[in-house]
Amino acid sequence: MKFKSLIIDDPKKLMFGIAPKPVKTRRGLIIGGGQVYSELNFTLPMMSINQSTLEQVFAHYREIAEGALEHAVHMNSKGVVLEFETLLEMTKTPSIGVEIVRIMNEICESYFQKYGLVSEIRLTPNDLREFERPAHQRSSSHLEPMFELFEQGMIAGGDLLSIESTGGKEVSDEALMMCDVKGMVFALAVLGVRDMQFLWRKIVALANKHGKIAAGDSACGFANTAMVLAEKKYIPKVFATIVRVISVVRSIVAMEEGAVGPDKDCGYEGPFLKAITGIPISMEGKTAACAHLSPLGNIASACADLWSNESVQNIKLLSGMAPVAYLEQLEYDVRLMNAALHAGHAHAHILQQLLVASDVYTDPQALILSPENVIRISRELVKGDSYIANAKNGALAALDIIEEALHSGKMMLAEMETNYIPILREDLNSIPDNESDFIAMMLPLLDESKFTLSEYGL
Amino acid sequence: MDDLLTKLLEAVEFGKVDKKSPYPPQLRDMDGAHELTINAIESGIKPQKILEEALIPAMARVGKKFAECKIFVPQMLMSARAMGASMFQLKPFFASGAIKTKGTFIVGTVKGDLHDIGKNLVSMMVEGGGWSIVDLGVDVGSDRFVEALKSNPGAVVGLSALLTTTMVNMGEIVSTIREYAPETKILIGGAPVTAEFCQNIGADFYAPDPQKAVEYMNKLAS
Repeated sequence: MKFKSLIIDDPKKLMFGIAPKPVKTRRGLIIGGGQVYSELNFTLPMMSINQSTLEQVFAHYREIAEGALEHAVHMNSKGVVLEFETLLEMTKTPSIGVEIVRIMNEICESYFQKYGLVSEIRLTPNDLREFERPAHQRSSSHLEPMFELFEQGMIAGGDLLSIESTGGKEVSDEALMMCDVKGMVFALAVLGVRDMQFLWRKIVALANKHGKIAAGDSACGFANTAMVLAEKKYIPKVFATIVRVISVVRSIVAMEEGAVGPDKDCGYEGPFLKAITGIPISMEGKTAACAHLSPLGNIASACADLWSNESVQNIKLLSGMAPVAYLEQLEYDVRLMNAALHAGHAHAHILQQLLVASDVYTDPQALILSPENVIRISRELVKGDSYIANAKNGALAALDIIEEALHSGKMMLAEMETNYIPILREDLNSIPDNESDFIAMMLPLLDESKFTLSEYGL
Repeated sequence: MDDLLTKLLEAVEFGKVDKKSPYPPQLRDMDGAHELTINAIESGIKPQKILEEALIPAMARVGKKFAECKIFVPQMLMSARAMGASMFQLKPFFASGAIKTKGTFIVGTVKGDLHDIGKNLVSMMVEGGGWSIVDLGVDVGSDRFVEALKSNPGAVVGLSALLTTTMVNMGEIVSTIREYAPETKILIGGAPVTAEFCQNIGADFYAPDPQKAVEYMNKLAS
């Protein structure tokens, strides 16, 4: 791993709205430069996307962007990011995705010209390679439309580039269901890392070519799947917590390849990335309950630079359309954070302490997100010589933190949860630091028909 | 109940696949489902009895514990693996007709959707309930469901979707299936799916979780 030390080594400096390496956008947002902005994410209501519904699809996105920005002006917003996370058909046929970016960018520009409202579009094509099993991560014909959408979407006005890439998912889906921590380390720290290197080298090169911002990748398909499964009580929360920490070594590869942030909202590994690399991050918490439940509602915002709602359908609520309603919720949250920042560090620190204290001991997944624990785990995440060693060290530190919280009586967990702690610790300790040794250990345990090693450069 | 069947029931309930399996710790070094099934067959216990008095009740207990949040999915999967080890030994008796399952369940995630964790859980639980499974995988269109029905007449069909833009494909699949075999029982599930949506598209049952799917299937078989 290229990062060997932390950019933010003091928990008090891991603060919302402030990043050591802020990102300035085309129209003038300075993300991580002293204030928090809203990042609104949205999707279509229940409908098909095909040739006969395209005009309706475009109309939905037009309505969303206009409605959100109009309300942002009304609320004196300091700036908004609109995340356009494409749906399958919009990536398969890039011209659809590009047209939606064009429509929304035109609206962003008109609100900028008319009212001075600064807004930008984060373009997040979905990873089509998931459709092939076993996946052809490097040779898939799906890469062509994905990168066409990236490039043409940038030209049409997408300023921040992200993706939720899926390298390693062939292994992680089963590993998650079996609470197989070695399988998760293999999926994330071997396959995931290698795929991220392949993908992000290309994305960064494209972004640099067009003067756009390579923002970051989220381990959503891995760690958020774990979180949602834990919410449903399908897998233990302690396992989901460990998966989150392991995912850091995979998501940080985007930064190693040149991504500068803001990291993506659904990557709850963001605080670790911020501590290690200094980039700004987007986070989501209570405002994302429209998309999924979580145990991280307040604490997730403790060091956010963009504050997001994950995704909401464009449907009518009593107050108005749902994206507009969520924009309002996000704006009130960021107003509060910005008022605290404006009042000075002591005030911001108090607000952060309250956001942390209200969640921290309610769930191990929240526990690891307190600034103190983020820094403590991050130190472990950079001290080894390999991604595998760092994943293992970080996960073991997280287990230590969980056990300390249990022993102090501050956190309570059911026995069926705590039973997993020694099992996970034993499994982690059995992992060798060296990649070749680890691969040799894992291959006999995995179903090799489900993934192709050569597609990961192995 | 025969002592062997009691032991087999326990082995499947707690996920003991075979003697060398380290899981679960309390059954370490004891025979697992693999050995116990062989012993049961060799001692003359009828295969149908093995299925009905050991395997299905074991998985029913597992399903109940899971529904009551007393175990996590990995424990349930270990039980399914133990049952799989047992079923492997019973396979020749299915082929000869000496054992009959409750029926066939054709299951798939609908076209445009790749999410299969929920579908796999349902499939595993239904299999544990004594049904044969035809798992069509993900991104499955109406043509493949109909083809599977042609090979398995009278099968129950399960459709899964996680996205608001793919759940709409369920409607077209239900219509196509109804055209081919109107009497087919169809259940649907997935995060955005509701009972109202189920009714609107003409499906028969909305399963909010795997256990409810099994309960519905068992009612169909009774």
